[in-house]
Amino acid sequence: MIVAEQKPLEEVRRMIAPYQRVLILGCGTCMTVCNAGGEREVSFLHSALKVAQLKSPNGTHTFSEYTVKRQCDPEFLELLVDKVADIDAVLSLGCGIGVQAVAERFPDMPVLPGVNTSFLGMTSEWGVWDERCAACGDCRLDDTGGICPITRCTKGILNGPCAGSKNGKCEANKDMDCAWILIYKRLERLGQLEKMRRYYPPRNFRTIPRPKRLMSKANTDLGENDG
Amino acid sequence: MANSLFEEKLDSGKFLVTTEIGPPKGTDISEMVHYIDLLKDKVDVINVTDHQSSVMRFPSLGGCLLIKERGGEPMLQVTCRDRNRLAIQADLLLAYQRGITNVLCLTGDSIDVGDHKEAKPVFDLDSVQLLRVIRTMESGMDIGGNELKGAPKFCIGASVHPEADFIEPQLIKFEKKVAAGAQFFQTQSIFNLDSLRRFMQYASQFNVKILAGIILLASARMAQFMNDNVPGIMVPQPTINELASVEKGKGLQKGIEIAAGLIKTIKEENLCHGVHIMAIGKEGIVPDILAAAGLVGVQP
Repeated sequence: MIVAEQKPLEEVRRMIAPYQRVLILGCGTCMTVCNAGGEREVSFLHSALKVAQLKSPNGTHTFSEYTVKRQCDPEFLELLVDKVADIDAVLSLGCGIGVQAVAERFPDMPVLPGVNTSFLGMTSEWGVWDERCAACGDCRLDDTGGICPITRCTKGILNGPCAGSKNGKCEANKDMDCAWILIYKRLERLGQLEKMRRYYPPRNFRTIPRPKRLMSKANTDLGENDG
Repeated sequence: MANSLFEEKLDSGKFLVTTEIGPPKGTDISEMVHYIDLLKDKVDVINVTDHQSSVMRFPSLGGCLLIKERGGEPMLQVTCRDRNRLAIQADLLLAYQRGITNVLCLTGDSIDVGDHKEAKPVFDLDSVQLLRVIRTMESGMDIGGNELKGAPKFCIGASVHPEADFIEPQLIKFEKKVAAGAQFFQTQSIFNLDSLRRFMQYASQFNVKILAGIILLASARMAQFMNDNVPGIMVPQPTINELASVEKGKGLQKGIEIAAGLIKTIKEENLCHGVHIMAIGKEGIVPDILAAAGLVGVQP
């Protein structure tokens, strides 16, 4: 899933300062799971903004709140047509994709990001998420025992460890495991160390050029997305 | 014909002594020039570090040009941290064209340990790929598959960490570097000669020259600092204790003694093909280390 964290309240207040009627818009998918922008966080932020406004006025605001199933899906954004009719700005607690999808759907409406989108990751324990995928478009997890060196090695290198790890930890962060030591141990366990002995050439950053677009095979086969 | 004077020496069988200079942060090169003049006739090659510890400095290529101008033998250090494959290949073309033909290929320290922590880490290549990039360029092509008008020729090497606390993956990478064309290795700092002996037992099966990295420790505090902050350095506790045992102000003398002692044993026992002395900010002390190790007058 996509993992994000809410922006500091002061930053949110600076962004909304020019707008009177603000819709705080949550997202019911990734942002709900990572506790950054689901229904609960929308409600908390709503209260926090109201309290902050009482303590130190920063323009006059009225807030409304709503959470859609997925902000990145145009289908669900249709439900917003009525909600945005009488507001001045949307404060989106969707990820960066959600913010842009809402902005594209409502071109006359300012859409403000309420979270910082951080990475693609998984839940490691309650309240802790770890990055696991760089969305590089060229998955080699077969070669590395299911551990991604692009994401988990701070240098993203492909041919084995640098010389910087101590006690199995990364030179850049003593709390972080060295990805290449994890990869070595896992390949050893699988009896596949020969995969680490192979040479891997420089990455192809053109695998899918930025901004990337992916068309489902069904669509391309049927020619539905031509032009 | 050899691609460099250093390559000739690599094949000569003599005990090699190399050292390195960290360029200045700024445009005042007077101290670096002083060190170049002091060292150029005492060692077989002078490396110039490439933003060592990710601290922005005068570039390695600039330092190597100075060494060349002053009649020394330079070693260009190239890390993959700051330049993508275009910039690295371009630097190599310039280096070769100006007579700088020894290259040490390194991954590069993490941006996070340096003084520009918010910079974008590049790592478009890694050290193994960099070695292969150079061999490709030597064949007359860039790695985009385009023909070069004039191909370079280099003597290339890399680094290895014989004292890594988890050695197996390091050895796999070492072998990949050998297969990629590395002719010599300047190792990470050695403190324990038993680990060097073990490493050489293994490494002697490969046709490459190994130069043991020797670091000058100026005090117990510096040793501890390096353990905590410098990637790839693990000063063992007995060495730290030894440095701490001397009276105040005598730490550097002790450090010279330790470094010289290691060099002397390595040479006497013929443990490997030479040493690479890293004085880290105290380049002016290198002649004292050489003298204490009994290497004066035999160089180059």
